[in-house]
Amino acid sequence: MSVELVAYAAFFLTMALTYAIMCLGLNVQWGQTGLFNVGVAGFVAIGAYVSALLTTPDTPERFGGFGMPIAVGWLGAALAAGLVSFLIGALTIRLRADYLAIATFGVAVAVQLVALNLEPVTGGPFGIGFIPRPFADLAGNPLAFSLANLALLAAVVVALYLALERLVRSPWGRVLRAIREDEAAARALGKNATKFRLQAFAIGGGIMGLAGAAQAHFIGFIAPDNYVPMLTFQVWAMLIVGGSGNNRGAILGAVLVWGIWAGSAGAFAALFPPGEQARAAALQIVMIGVALCAILLLRPRGILGEERVVSRHLGRLSQLRRAGPQPTDKETSRAGNP
Amino acid sequence: MNPQALMDGLITGSMIGLGAVGVTLTYSILRFANFAHGELIAWGAYFALAVAGVLGAVSGGFLAPIGPFSFGWALPIGLLAAVALTGGLALVVDALLFGRLRSQRSTVIIMVMASFGAALTLRSLLEFIFTSKPAYYTQALQIALPLGGGIRATPDQLLSLAVAAVLVVAIHLLLTRTAIGRSMRAVSENPALAGVVGIEVRKVVRVVWLLGAGLAAVAGISAGLLVQVRPQMGLDLLLPLFAAAILGGIGSVPGAMLAGLIVGLSEAFAVQLIGAEWRAAIAFVILVLVLLIRPQGIFGRPE
Repeated sequence: MSVELVAYAAFFLTMALTYAIMCLGLNVQWGQTGLFNVGVAGFVAIGAYVSALLTTPDTPERFGGFGMPIAVGWLGAALAAGLVSFLIGALTIRLRADYLAIATFGVAVAVQLVALNLEPVTGGPFGIGFIPRPFADLAGNPLAFSLANLALLAAVVVALYLALERLVRSPWGRVLRAIREDEAAARALGKNATKFRLQAFAIGGGIMGLAGAAQAHFIGFIAPDNYVPMLTFQVWAMLIVGGSGNNRGAILGAVLVWGIWAGSAGAFAALFPPGEQARAAALQIVMIGVALCAILLLRPRGILGEERVVSRHLGRLSQLRRAGPQPTDKETSRAGNP
Repeated sequence: MNPQALMDGLITGSMIGLGAVGVTLTYSILRFANFAHGELIAWGAYFALAVAGVLGAVSGGFLAPIGPFSFGWALPIGLLAAVALTGGLALVVDALLFGRLRSQRSTVIIMVMASFGAALTLRSLLEFIFTSKPAYYTQALQIALPLGGGIRATPDQLLSLAVAAVLVVAIHLLLTRTAIGRSMRAVSENPALAGVVGIEVRKVVRVVWLLGAGLAAVAGISAGLLVQVRPQMGLDLLLPLFAAAILGGIGSVPGAMLAGLIVGLSEAFAVQLIGAEWRAAIAFVILVLVLLIRPQGIFGRPE
């Protein structure tokens, strides 16, 4: 296997893993809590821009460039995106479910506008370049450089995955599920539904911000064009395909959909003459859109689906029952298809 | 302040209002925020463009301007065709997607997400067919007539204002004075109960889609006539539409129209005060203010 191929595979996987982080964030909001965020691109953009501002070297024609370490940038990105999510959540979560969707859509539009127009801070349509890349001193050796970045992103994804799995299985995660499934019952048990939802929404938003920062530092350059509604749509497709409510599904979906996306881009591009490439891109989006709707209709639980039982105690109970004498077919099919 | 902003605001506002009436109807009767409504606007505009283009190619007589307006008979005929075609498109999307989800008893949020997917599909399909290059119904230039008070308007602009006003009154009368209007309000109150008392809920759903899509097509054609026709035009209007529907109070037709005018006027004044590049943020600011101060909207009832 040639070095270029390995380097390309590492590049592809690293990109997929940045999407996997976004998916994990969305999974906290949608999969665990049932909060619909139509502005994923906006929260990702907030993270990317905040981290870029914090870590780039001082630039005379624009505000900041504070030259801070990359880790500070990532942390700042997560905090900023989390804070904006908290504010939007505080505004809308107590209202109708789809007001949150509309408000997050508004966030994405507003962030896009700020990125385009607030030139002294965001660099306007040209964006921000020279964002420091992790392991920049390895850049002379493309293979080592891409493998090091892949390892870093993989470590972030694994750490997030373990933390989120812990959170899902914690009392906090179980309350979230309870609220999603039956809010009245959860409230009757004394759980403040709004507060828990708000926490989940802010955590999910913070994770998206982190993803934006990670991606910005990996590519080294950001511009408003990167954060269009298409991005939101891709992340949603990834989560739905992989199986919402399942963290492993979120990661699997990200790698899979990004693979299909990158692969089909080449195929569609080859089908059309060079002058018609915009059409090829549009047709690609149509196909993905149809696929998303079809999955919603035919297999709403995605590839991996949600684990029905997350409590350790209940898990043992169901294992005992499964080992018991009369597990009828009817029962198992009902359990899989409530 | 330039008084012309008043006219610009009213014109944009009337288009937003027409779209918002459709949003508020689907929202209150089908019970979900339809993110694909903007695409009905864009499809309406392109349907009219295609039909008018074919008519113009068949006979140049269709292109000769009517009276003071910039367009020939091709466009009004195209409008009627577009209203029908957009209504048909909405029914097809409902049959393929939303209707099936309803019969699976999907949650509201699944419907919202499906509408989001449908929106991207429909928009990209337009981009695929017509490319993202802007198109125009007519190349004719119009002189704006002085209306007094420093306000000017072209005959086209006055016509689209008049059409919007007539349509809103008609929809309001339809909802309040006719049997189907009463059925629609009953379904919006309680679909199960409405079914029990013998209202054909399916028919109501069809009428809602036809009305919403028809109004969207008219709004799209006005926007296309006064500005330009682009695949993104629906997406750009979506946030103002939602802001207006919520500001007016979900389910209220006069509220949606009034709020549409408010959003349009605010945008026009904001363009004067802080610059055109921030125009799109105004709807977001209005949305946040409404949700903070009066989430049920002007004419809405608190939950």
